[in-house]
Amino acid sequence: MYVEMQHIHKTFDGFRASNDVSFGVEKGHLAALLGPSGSGKTTILRMIAGLDMPDSGEILLNGVRVNELPGSKRGIGFVFQNYALFRYMTVAENIAFGLEVQKKGKKEIKERVDELLELISMKELGKRYPNQLSGGQKQRVAFARALAPNPQLLLLDEPFAAIDAKVRRELRAWLKEMIEQVGITSIFVTHDQEEAMEVADTIIITNQGRIEQIGTPEDICREPQTDFVADFIDCRRFQLLMAIK
Amino acid sequence: MPEKLQKKYGPDHGEDGIHSIQKVIEPPKGSTKHITRNILIGISALFLLVMLILPLAVVVVNALKEGWAAYSAALLDEYTGKALQLTLLATAAAILVNTVFGIFAAYLLSKFYFRGRELVATLIDIPFSISPVIAGLVFILTFGSVGWMGDFLTAHNIRIVFAVPGILLATIFVTFPFVFRELFPVMNAQGKDEEEAAGLMGAGGFTIFRRITFPHIKWALLYGIILCSARAMGEFGAVSVISGHLRGKTNTLPLHVEILYNEFNTTAAFAVSSILVILAALILIARNLVEWKTK
Repeated sequence: MYVEMQHIHKTFDGFRASNDVSFGVEKGHLAALLGPSGSGKTTILRMIAGLDMPDSGEILLNGVRVNELPGSKRGIGFVFQNYALFRYMTVAENIAFGLEVQKKGKKEIKERVDELLELISMKELGKRYPNQLSGGQKQRVAFARALAPNPQLLLLDEPFAAIDAKVRRELRAWLKEMIEQVGITSIFVTHDQEEAMEVADTIIITNQGRIEQIGTPEDICREPQTDFVADFIDCRRFQLLMAIK
Repeated sequence: MPEKLQKKYGPDHGEDGIHSIQKVIEPPKGSTKHITRNILIGISALFLLVMLILPLAVVVVNALKEGWAAYSAALLDEYTGKALQLTLLATAAAILVNTVFGIFAAYLLSKFYFRGRELVATLIDIPFSISPVIAGLVFILTFGSVGWMGDFLTAHNIRIVFAVPGILLATIFVTFPFVFRELFPVMNAQGKDEEEAAGLMGAGGFTIFRRITFPHIKWALLYGIILCSARAMGEFGAVSVISGHLRGKTNTLPLHVEILYNEFNTTAAFAVSSILVILAALILIARNLVEWKTK
């Protein structure tokens, strides 16, 4: 799904969360919203999802204005920062929820749940409850649950923030691979530049509610367009990363 | 997280919102700690004996002083039956109204952010801080014949004060915060991510409540209802002011006990009291079952 934000403004109690935000993410791309905390990146994600409403500006999905469309009708899968798994449902019930709400047939639901459990390599754990899972497993379930109703756009809010550093790197690679395998347009929020550099095709750098620069990791390193970007992005690490690759 | 509210209602009540008693490590025998413990146990036991067990024993002894016949006669008295009915009716009304509004209020204040949230939470607590007698008077001044709405109510032949509706209103008023108070910290701690996630998948409000919110709050809700019932059954002050003490019409059990006692009908007074004691015991058992179940 092609995502476009045009001149978005959003204020919370006098705090400017989004100030003339415009950008586009192409179909099939994996984009990162990168910025320091309080720079407005989560707000942007929540507005695309329909969880928050912009004060002005347009949100376009596949070229159609969706400002007034409820989030549930936008064809979006959302992975919350703390996963927000339904704690009184099993892993399988969590994944099935979105399909049940859409009143899909029992057989169809079961097939899809099995398929997704297979995809996240948790076939044996369908009957577990969220509190019996590790952080990485919870994340995978959240991912599968978001994908279950076949969304066209996947939004992930700080997907690795709640996972300890050791597993994070591994999970990052896994998630990138999964997203490529499924071929879904994805946008994720992060404050970790290494994460953004490593995972994303396109990086959207936010600061104080504004977009500072949009580009591939290489573009941003080669030509930082503002003082903030030059200061914020540490390209030595990135160059090292590219050298290793 | 609204920290101020969290502070106001104390820390999280644990996963299911029930106050849990921490396990104390057993000290070695003969140590000073051991002695301190025993002294504390002794003082507590003495206190409980004098303040709780003795008075309850007095109720039972006095109720049965003139034998079973007098006891059962007092219980089977027409007015006692009417009073019991009214008490149960008022309790049922309080449970119904306060459960519905308690859930609404807790849902609103924990899942939505708006100006004046704290003010609303404070307002809900008013019945806890205000004397029940004053609560009763407030209703008389509002709905009584000389009150604000007196002319309107008289014109439409609606009786609230010195009638059953007044009793129900007063009972609902004094028990208003219980369900909310139990639910709010639990719902607040849960956050709203799960609800948002379900909403994004297209679940409607009722489905979200039934499948996401309710399983989380059900024990806290039951606990709140139990506390609410206990208070509703025992309420005296507010109900006393608004009732007018019309026997067989606006007398609840506690009021009936007072009337009997003032008429020097001690045995009957204690016999009727024993009904309240039994109801209290049942509630206590229910409460402990809920606490045990949530562990």
